[in-house]
Amino acid sequence: MSRTDTGAPERPTGTEPTEPDRQRRSLTERLLAVRELSLLIALGLLVLVTTVRNDRFLSGQSVKDLLLGCAILVILAVGQTLVIVTRNVDLSVGSILGLVAFATGTLFLSAPGTPWPVALVVGVALGALCGVINGGLIAVARVPALVITLGTLYAFRGVDYYWASGRQINAADMPSSFLRLGNQTVLGVPVLFLVALVVVAAVGFYLRSYHSGRELYAIGSEPAAARLSGIPVGRRVFAVFVANGALAGLAGVLYAARFGTLDAAAGTGLELQVVAAAVVGGVAIFGGSGSAYGAALGAVLLTTIGSSLAVLRIDPFWQQAVVGALILAAIGLDRLLALRVAARLRGRSAHGA
Amino acid sequence: MTADAPGTDGAPLLVLDGVTKSFGAVAALRGVHLALHAGEAHALVGENGAGKSTLVKILAGAHPPDSGEMTLDGQPLRLRGPADARAAGIAVIYQEPTLFPDLSVAENIFMGRQPLRGLRRIDSAAMNRDAERLFQRLGVRIDPTRPARGLSIADQQLVEIAKAISFDARVLVMDEPTAALSGVEVERLFAVARSLCERGAAVLFISHRFDEVFDLCHRVTVLRDGAWVSSDPAADLTVDEVVRRMVGRDVSSLYPKQVAELRDTLLEVRGLTRAGVFTDVSFSVRGGEIVALAGLVGAGRSEVARAVFGIDRYDAGEVRVAGRGVPAGRPGRAIAAGMALVPEDRRQQGLVMELSVERNATLARRRALSRLGLLLGGAERAEARSWTRRLQVKAARLNAPVATLSGGNQQKVVLAKWLATEPRILIIDEPTRGIDVGTKSEVHRLLSELAGEGLAILMISSELPEVLGMADRVLVMHEGRLVRELSRAEADETSIMYAATGQGVTA
Repeated sequence: MSRTDTGAPERPTGTEPTEPDRQRRSLTERLLAVRELSLLIALGLLVLVTTVRNDRFLSGQSVKDLLLGCAILVILAVGQTLVIVTRNVDLSVGSILGLVAFATGTLFLSAPGTPWPVALVVGVALGALCGVINGGLIAVARVPALVITLGTLYAFRGVDYYWASGRQINAADMPSSFLRLGNQTVLGVPVLFLVALVVVAAVGFYLRSYHSGRELYAIGSEPAAARLSGIPVGRRVFAVFVANGALAGLAGVLYAARFGTLDAAAGTGLELQVVAAAVVGGVAIFGGSGSAYGAALGAVLLTTIGSSLAVLRIDPFWQQAVVGALILAAIGLDRLLALRVAARLRGRSAHGA
Repeated sequence: MTADAPGTDGAPLLVLDGVTKSFGAVAALRGVHLALHAGEAHALVGENGAGKSTLVKILAGAHPPDSGEMTLDGQPLRLRGPADARAAGIAVIYQEPTLFPDLSVAENIFMGRQPLRGLRRIDSAAMNRDAERLFQRLGVRIDPTRPARGLSIADQQLVEIAKAISFDARVLVMDEPTAALSGVEVERLFAVARSLCERGAAVLFISHRFDEVFDLCHRVTVLRDGAWVSSDPAADLTVDEVVRRMVGRDVSSLYPKQVAELRDTLLEVRGLTRAGVFTDVSFSVRGGEIVALAGLVGAGRSEVARAVFGIDRYDAGEVRVAGRGVPAGRPGRAIAAGMALVPEDRRQQGLVMELSVERNATLARRRALSRLGLLLGGAERAEARSWTRRLQVKAARLNAPVATLSGGNQQKVVLAKWLATEPRILIIDEPTRGIDVGTKSEVHRLLSELAGEGLAILMISSELPEVLGMADRVLVMHEGRLVRELSRAEADETSIMYAATGQGVTA
């Protein structure tokens, strides 16, 4: 019995020397990169084809419209990524956006002198409150988030309708400083898009580089194992819904600033676009994988398809079909990549006798 | 072999006193005592269902005990969750691996404890380096950056071990860590466990393999039916004595092998090859014969079985049942030809854990039991009842989810499922992995009986006593090739291990 063999760091014979210090990108990360690259290529091809057919597609105004158009979807998709990564889903984001947008208008209507940063804070806080309701119900009821947020989708929208009771808020009711936020550009880039970029970068960085961010992936990948590893699963999931609510609130304020005209139906049906953007962006619907960058690219791609089909004068019917095909293609690509990786990993076992 | 107990006069590090735990009406633990001393490896043995895994869950903080005291270093210990157990320095290697398939191996090891750099960011390079260092200590090569998805069971177990030792725990709990490991890896694991002991940690080791228990442990605690039976220095015990205490009776014969008359060749495999996995595998199995496929973990045994059954494709070769070819990659056709496969990982491949015992037992027979495409409860229940009775499955009710059964009984349900298809050829992968002694001998008796009825049985097993006790012939695989065929008379531990480690093969 080799009592002295304490497994000290001396290298066992028979293994090739390893280079632990070699800088290399992890296999897991490389996969994500491949996935995001494929989205960029698809986006590039789409822009290229559309521009060849109609060179106005790349004109300054058109690009500006595109960036403006995708900003809100990008923010929502990134928020949804936080949720989906934990093997949950939030269907209430469209309703939260509508409720917050209407609340923002009402705030300006009832207190005309309100500076816009205050409206922003109020909107984000209201969104976060909706997230608290979602997260709280999920934690208490122990029912899948799909069902809870389907309920709050109607509940929040109902509150919105009750509150608005048929009224509409117009741009004239809101201060111009606030409305400028929705259209202003910095060096030609819309402020809205810059806000979206900041959100993408912050969430992407958080998910990749922080303990709690990685724990979200762990929760989505294998909830039982996450519990056994001492991850506070309930608390993390609750926080994720609050964060997503806050981001939906932010999107609601920006929606109000951009469109100016608000009624209780704002953002209806947006939740499915948001989930579609995340899935096209490579966020696995069963959790555990995907990135904020991918989801953002998915949102940009979906928006670009919309405007490019309009530029190409293609029937809106086809737009739906193309989005559908894109979702299926994205899922197919994910599956293909998974199979390729499985094939490569086969036989790369640690055992060889 | 027996390790002598070092001075254990000092106060124990971790004490459980009178711990009870019930799940509903079932008492899993009834007043269990356990005292772990620093620098000592302590074995916990008992049949499946004796409460070992429940005890592990309590130590891990996953279940709170209903009553009883726990102390660590003389201080009362209250665990409100796994995080508390970690904070107290208790690391656990669970029986079933608990990995995150989407995350990298290194992240799996260091989840929640990843090394940080500026701005409290995770330092992936350092994390991968640390993981590599752990694997070197264990003497295995696993790429820390690969995703955990697709790791073999043995590799998953190694990642679990790496995770547990990365804690530098004061108490290391190992719930059957060796079930999927090969001999070399077990030795490595034990070397690490001993070095932890030397540094003053306490180790709790759970295993059904007595040679390992007596090799590693200084003290043995026996549980039976959730109750504490005894705790003694290993030096004062023999295997027979431990088994007697575990089952409360004498186990007459663990390997009740009957000699069956050999009939015609039923399964014939010629030149089976799957690039990078196994090469040119040829063998045949006759009716009434039990042929064991032996070899180290990773030698390609399970892969051959999967290919023969049609789950995986193969690049060359053919499979014939009773002289007729079976198409590759078509499990349905293999079943129709009379083949049945009881897989190694019953949780993932053999059972639908949430479904009831009867549903699982009749899963492979849905077609035959249905009338006009409808599956009627009556036929299903009758079928399930007859098989579960024959195999003596211990389940509260036939409609209880399989997940609630003990490991041994789950294995019986898998067997029932396949035997219900009335196969002529039974391929069984690790038939008694993680099963207690009593059930083990029942499974063995059953296999022997089935062979007697004319079934051809191909058994994959990593337990040499099982191979030697059960098989008429032993085929030994090494690195994807069949390197040796041994008759029952020729086969012994030395000859099998010799071939399995690739010695005596043209170098």
